[in-house]
Amino acid sequence: MQAWDADRAQARIRELERLPGALLPILHALQEEFGYIHPDATPLVAHALNISHAEVHGVISFYHDFRHRAPGKHVLKICRAESCQSMGCDALVQHIERRLGVQLGETTPDQGLTVEQVFCLGNCALSPAVMLDGEPYGRVSPGVADFLIDSATRPQ
Amino acid sequence: MKVYVPRDSAALSVGAEGVARAIAKQAASRGWDVSVVRNGSRGMFWLEPLVEVETAQGRVAYGPVSTEAVADLFDAGFLAGSKHALCLGPTDEIPYLKQQERLTFARCGIVDPLSLSDYRAHGGYRGLQRALRLAPDEIVIEVINSGLRGRGGAGFPTGIKWKTVLGASSDQKYICCNADEGDSGTYADRMIMEGDPFVLIEGMTIAGLAVGATKGYIYCRSEYPHAFRTMQRAIAIAYEHGYLGESGYLGANVAGSAKRFDLEVRLGAGAYICGEETSMLESLEGRRGQIRPKPPLPALEGLFGKPTVVNNLITLATVPIILDKGAEHYRDFGMGKSRGTLTIQLAGNIRHGGLVEKAFGITLHDAIYGFGGGTASGRPLRAVQVGGPLGAYFPDSFLDTPLDYEAFAARKGMLGHGGIVVFDDTVDLAKQARFAMEFCAIESCGKCTPCRVGSTRGVEVIDRIIANDNRTKNLELLDDLCELMTDGSLCALGGLIPLPVMSAIRNFPEDFDKPAPISPGIFDSKNRETHPWR
Repeated sequence: MQAWDADRAQARIRELERLPGALLPILHALQEEFGYIHPDATPLVAHALNISHAEVHGVISFYHDFRHRAPGKHVLKICRAESCQSMGCDALVQHIERRLGVQLGETTPDQGLTVEQVFCLGNCALSPAVMLDGEPYGRVSPGVADFLIDSATRPQ
Repeated sequence: MKVYVPRDSAALSVGAEGVARAIAKQAASRGWDVSVVRNGSRGMFWLEPLVEVETAQGRVAYGPVSTEAVADLFDAGFLAGSKHALCLGPTDEIPYLKQQERLTFARCGIVDPLSLSDYRAHGGYRGLQRALRLAPDEIVIEVINSGLRGRGGAGFPTGIKWKTVLGASSDQKYICCNADEGDSGTYADRMIMEGDPFVLIEGMTIAGLAVGATKGYIYCRSEYPHAFRTMQRAIAIAYEHGYLGESGYLGANVAGSAKRFDLEVRLGAGAYICGEETSMLESLEGRRGQIRPKPPLPALEGLFGKPTVVNNLITLATVPIILDKGAEHYRDFGMGKSRGTLTIQLAGNIRHGGLVEKAFGITLHDAIYGFGGGTASGRPLRAVQVGGPLGAYFPDSFLDTPLDYEAFAARKGMLGHGGIVVFDDTVDLAKQARFAMEFCAIESCGKCTPCRVGSTRGVEVIDRIIANDNRTKNLELLDDLCELMTDGSLCALGGLIPLPVMSAIRNFPEDFDKPAPISPGIFDSKNRETHPWR
């Protein structure tokens, strides 16, 4: 992830603007590049696709994936759907929140780790499940969660 | 020598990547010539990472294999299929697999998902070859005769839908694959994308030939990054790699037929509602995933206003075998109006969680105990939710229900996408009912009032019931609200969320008749510390 750069954003938009239904692919590309959708991206995207700022904003705010501010260096998504509930994900969430001192949707003060909730990672035979920086983990006990958090946030 | 280590997300989630690396490293240091194939999963997730070796007697399985166990396996001579504490014997003889009827999943876990030659060697593209010899309406009739119904949950006859699209005249038609598998307890779509992506490409190509569509989109949920990448690579391979001098399997000249079919995989963005077909179309067009009122049917005015086949991934992935083996072969499986096989996904608090493809008609009990081995916790089973977050909660007295669309409907339940989530006796159904409404409030697209407002009011009413505040009157109110949401919502989210809520009340009334806890709002984090349920 790199810091917001309007030229870079413009280049990514150019690559995709001709696709039919290009808005979601563009937003995904911008979030992949910068980790979130910078407010300045809205007019660039609106101009490229010839739609209103409101339409772009409406789409960004509709989907849970698109972030409005930069996430931490690492992102931990914890599944809170029924299958994981049946295997104690509420206790897992509580453990992680207590350990990090943040709640779901927040980032640790050192900007090291963002924790987010997600409804189903499709790993329901190995609940509770989490995803750390896009990699799946199953049968996640509080101990496993500690291990994952330690390895992700350990100073290099 | 060939060793198979799955690349399926679930296998990766318990360390398959490290095991694959350790095997390559051990082989290199011992001077063995071992090729590690990264296959899909066989669907026995409690045995993952499940490592298989190819021997003269067929494939032999070992699992669950940890990175630490790899050196020991080499010492024991596992490359020759030798005995070891982790040895499970010949893979095909494992009862969990042997008792299944794998049609859609015939290749999953067996082939290298990104090898077109492997795909063809295991019967791949035979369905397409036959489809290319048939007229479009003959393909449609074949699918109608197979009795295939939509596997996404609604169970609409697939061939009838195709017939409508075939009959529509337009300069452009589309095939859209719904791979927005958001229901908790389901992972069959993901397994196909990661384990046998070409079967989906073949199924969509056949659908294109059948209805005259030249372009397809796969709408894959963003929670499946590995599936998305595997699908992207498989599509690229299908475009590029002609086989033995033939043309590619996608593009302007599909398998040398001079017919065009283009395919693209798109990523969702974390909205459950985009699993609803019209929301998915809106999302593909680059808009908020708000549902469209029907009519017009997507079959007539779908993607970009053009006639569109929208099918669930499993539906489309089942088409190749129907064309290959014939409609009768497929129709011979199943019961009543549910023909063929169901891809049952055992999930939640279950000992042997995994994918079980069986003809429709086996009972919940046989699925959960015969295959699943009961609860993972070892505690008594108390509730099962079938069909995802919009499915009903059944008590153990309902376990004799056969897995069949009509049998579930008769018990006010829904088979849905075939996911079965098991709960042990620690579950609180009032909490689950509240979650259902909360989930609906979070995921509602906001288009219609019964769902948008009703779900939030529903959470509040359930909170009052839990708090023993005018309990009888509030239960009546909730019943009324659920009736309104069922009848008045535009789509299945608001229309079906009363199913888990009311089934919890109907089947587990004791959970709504407890003394009031200290504070309501169990999901408000400020209440977490004090709430007795936590």
